[in-house]
Amino acid sequence: MTTNDLLGKIFQIVLGLAVFAAVIGLILFLIDRAPKRGRDWFQLALFLGPACVLLAVGLLYPAVRTAFTSFTNRAGEFIGIDNYVWMFTQPEALITLGNTVLWVVLVPTVATGIGLAYAVFIDKSRGERVYKSLVFMPVAISFVGAGIIWKFVYEYRPAERPQIGLLNQIVIWFGGEPVLWLQEPFVNTLLLVVVMIWVQTGFAVVVLSASIKGVPTEQLEAAELDGATNWQRFRNVTLPGIRGGLVVVVTTITIATLKVFDIVRVMTGGNFNTSVIANEMYTQAFRAAEPGRGAALALVLFLLVVPVVVYNIRVLRKQREIR
Amino acid sequence: MRFTRHRRLMAPVVVAAALGLTLTACTGDIASDEASDVDCGPYESYGTFDDGTEVDVYGTILDAEAELLNESWADFESCTGIDVVYEGSDQYEEQLNVRIEGGNPPDLGITPQPGLIARLAEQGDLLPAPQAVADNVAEYWSEDWAAYGTVDGTLYGSPLMANIKGWVWYSPAMFEENGWAVPETLDDLEALTAEVRDSGAVDKPWCVGFASGVATGWPGTDWVEDFVLRQQGTEVYDQWVAHEIPFNDPAIAEAFDSVGGFIRDDANVNGGLGDMRSIATTDFGDAGLPIIDGACAMHHQASFYEGFWPEGTTVAEDGDVWAFMLPGTEAGANAVTGGGEIVAAFSDAEEVVAVQTYLSSPDWANSRVSLGGVISANTGLDPENAGSELLKASVELLQDPNTTFRFDGSDVMPAAVGSGTFWTGMVDWIGGKSTADTLDFIESSWPQ
Amino acid sequence: MSSTTGSTGSADRTDRDVSKQLDAAARDRYNLDGSKAARVKRRLTSRTATVFALLIAVVWTLPTFGLLISSFRPADLINTTGWWTVFENWGWTLDNYSEVLLSASATAPQLGSYFVNSLAITIPVVVFATVLAAMAAYALAWIKFPFSDWVFVIIFALQIVPLQMALIPLLQIFTTTLKPTQEWLHEVIPIIPDETYVQVWIAHTIFGLPLAIFLLHNFISEIPRELMEAARVDGANHGQIFLRVVVPLSVPILASFAIFQFLWVWNDLLVALVFSGGTADVAPLTQRLAELAGSRGQSWQRLTAAAFVSLVVPLIVFFSLQRYFVRGLLAGSTKG
Repeated sequence: MTTNDLLGKIFQIVLGLAVFAAVIGLILFLIDRAPKRGRDWFQLALFLGPACVLLAVGLLYPAVRTAFTSFTNRAGEFIGIDNYVWMFTQPEALITLGNTVLWVVLVPTVATGIGLAYAVFIDKSRGERVYKSLVFMPVAISFVGAGIIWKFVYEYRPAERPQIGLLNQIVIWFGGEPVLWLQEPFVNTLLLVVVMIWVQTGFAVVVLSASIKGVPTEQLEAAELDGATNWQRFRNVTLPGIRGGLVVVVTTITIATLKVFDIVRVMTGGNFNTSVIANEMYTQAFRAAEPGRGAALALVLFLLVVPVVVYNIRVLRKQREIR
Repeated sequence: MRFTRHRRLMAPVVVAAALGLTLTACTGDIASDEASDVDCGPYESYGTFDDGTEVDVYGTILDAEAELLNESWADFESCTGIDVVYEGSDQYEEQLNVRIEGGNPPDLGITPQPGLIARLAEQGDLLPAPQAVADNVAEYWSEDWAAYGTVDGTLYGSPLMANIKGWVWYSPAMFEENGWAVPETLDDLEALTAEVRDSGAVDKPWCVGFASGVATGWPGTDWVEDFVLRQQGTEVYDQWVAHEIPFNDPAIAEAFDSVGGFIRDDANVNGGLGDMRSIATTDFGDAGLPIIDGACAMHHQASFYEGFWPEGTTVAEDGDVWAFMLPGTEAGANAVTGGGEIVAAFSDAEEVVAVQTYLSSPDWANSRVSLGGVISANTGLDPENAGSELLKASVELLQDPNTTFRFDGSDVMPAAVGSGTFWTGMVDWIGGKSTADTLDFIESSWPQ
Repeated sequence: MSSTTGSTGSADRTDRDVSKQLDAAARDRYNLDGSKAARVKRRLTSRTATVFALLIAVVWTLPTFGLLISSFRPADLINTTGWWTVFENWGWTLDNYSEVLLSASATAPQLGSYFVNSLAITIPVVVFATVLAAMAAYALAWIKFPFSDWVFVIIFALQIVPLQMALIPLLQIFTTTLKPTQEWLHEVIPIIPDETYVQVWIAHTIFGLPLAIFLLHNFISEIPRELMEAARVDGANHGQIFLRVVVPLSVPILASFAIFQFLWVWNDLLVALVFSGGTADVAPLTQRLAELAGSRGQSWQRLTAAAFVSLVVPLIVFFSLQRYFVRGLLAGSTKG
């Protein structure tokens, strides 16, 4: 890298930010000068427009395209529901589907549960920042990095040699025999789930901790004066107060879990019955060059997320009614 | 970036001057200065191009290997004025597809799978090889090799580098100490395995590792391919790869079971690494290392494994480790499997043709091979340029007209099998799934 | 509720009034008086709670800690002994780091170049995504229009669109429209290279928007209605409400989201692989590290060091912006 390169790069950043600032400034200016007639629509278009255009081009269009692709074969010819038939008739389809369900049930509940308990326990305690940082650290690590870290923990060496993986060493300390963790059926899926929980708990802690601090203190005080126990106070005051935060956390983690494939890919490559739909999708669409099959799998993922969407709509409706 | 590339060509005394030049980013000037140091005679036929002419090359070769690749064409660059910009990725196969679909392909792709070349050619993404490349291929490559760049009678790409599979690594000292002899036939190998096992001199006769990240399972496919070729013959091998016989054909099942006789038996594996199941999670790069500790006697891996031995290990017939070629059913068999890359073009610009032609020439093969670590099947290659004893032996094997060469079958098969179910099938199989079930599973995944 | 009457000419007065009312309302409702909050220090924690918190903290840190220790050990020790035996098997080295940081090669110069790229990609993306999402979230939460719920739901559901599926169409659009523009710009203003960050910026911004809008909407829509009404009664239009009420109140959530967006973009490999072109001109750190780590099977010594190199910046960002997490949701309004 030369000085010129560096200057060029800095120039690019500054220029990019300046152009963006100018555009936003113009939008706000136009909002301010909105014509009286149709003013709300005009303002709405300016507020929502930029994001909607980007989303329509970058995500909505690909989503629709994917839906069509799922009914075509490699040559792009229409083949009806063959891809879906293939998906459910493949010998390991049910295992993959079962694993995905297991992931999507375990990761959001456990990560949110641990995150909530942790956030409550460390709230206003000494060293709260340090506590929070320690659990947050995994969030700062990429999925691939997390996979590497835990693969190291699960590493196996035969009994006669010194272990380098912590988990097997702990087993040995308790008098057991080292285990090939990533090949142990069912256990291996749970061990992969642990990695995702490890990553996501930090997110839950940070968001929930912020929500907890938003719970009005006078309510807690009032409850205390009424002689409520810690648990009652938590149940009746804190929990309702952080409901919004909880919905956000569970929803976000659920969607992230459905989409994650890097962890499986790095740690087992989907072998030993650990594959999940997202990993199969990646494999089919990119490695096996079967975009139709990949697209069909992507649509199944989409279906799995429908319950989450429906729940969020209901929460949203309720919120609107209260307002 | 340019600085480091050109620095090697300059005398150390001008390092200081170069540093000054780098700071002012006068890379263009450096290039023309150097041209006088290099004998540009051999490169005249490729023509000269304006400064700043770029050719984008995309491939799977990474890191130190990529560095050598860049070094190999440095003279070509400074004489022709073409800047060859190489980018390597461990997700080449996926990303190449994305870039092509996105309308943004590289100029040249260095693809290690003939199967992928065939698919791209059928989709109409590849351009047929220009005449100059076709001439080079006709002159310097065997028909076996030319065939892997040819789809439906049209030549699309030229081979680049090569490696030979089927080497069985061992410690000559250990063999001598115990009175073991290098086997001449597969039966000998079986007897040797039993002898080693019963001697108790090592933990287990074989050490094996199938793990390789997302590509886990490929070392297993190499085992099977070697056995199909040696045991069932080239005809069955070709039919199998082309899917003219089903994957679950009895001939293939026999090869699988023969492999299983060596490595699907806890008595034979996995020296110093655990039991049979540890194969699936032992990294292929680490799998041979127990030979040095005396924990296992033999390890099956391609010629490139030479680079995986720890620093200070001598690879020679009288050194720490050496390798013998996996024998055939009869002594003196001459069929080997191997791998390599095919260079194919997505652009027919003049400078791209120049680079492609250069890469298919013996000039390039000699330039790259003399930098060490790899070989090429280019017949214009001087075996003396090979960087080590083993590579020299490999080149001689490749250039021997009696040798029957077959490309690694999994690289020729469609990706859904060759880099999909064949890999995962091997992992399941080594985990204890029956041969019949494994073969049926792979067969059912073959794209229609 | 949608029609705001009153003149916009007196924006100044409106401002002051709004912020006054806002302060009062916030204090009223959330009782943010410092001394009072301090009195309720008796908290939920008990001995079991402390033990639980400690346990979680240790379990969550241990794997990374092991990796950190290992990254300073020589390769042969990493592969033969556990990191917890480091006192019996003494041996430290910086080789792993020097290999990762300083290995200059023809294809890849020094890591510094990639480092700059990572920053150059991440910082603008964080700004773009946060600003656009905040505007959209405000519109969805506070501008009433038909089907607004449905627009929100669609945006929300877009989160599940796998990036892999969106890469190819987006790349097609870029190659047909953006690339010629860039080349033209390069001709006109040579200091702008023809390989620019614009593609990566746009791609990341788009992929970050659905979650950003979802998160910000959830918080922005919970801003007390009376604050909005107060501003509206004073004649503020949507632009003024957004800038003078919503943004100040949302500082913590904006900062929180900005941190997450920073982390995702910083750690991304997939988008970079497709849109950066892979050369040192644009490619980020992750791409180089993946190359370093991926080229020789699983060499723990390189992987461990590489993982830590990429971890440093996100941690700095987190620690420096952490106070925004710690403050309450409405802390932004009472910074005085």
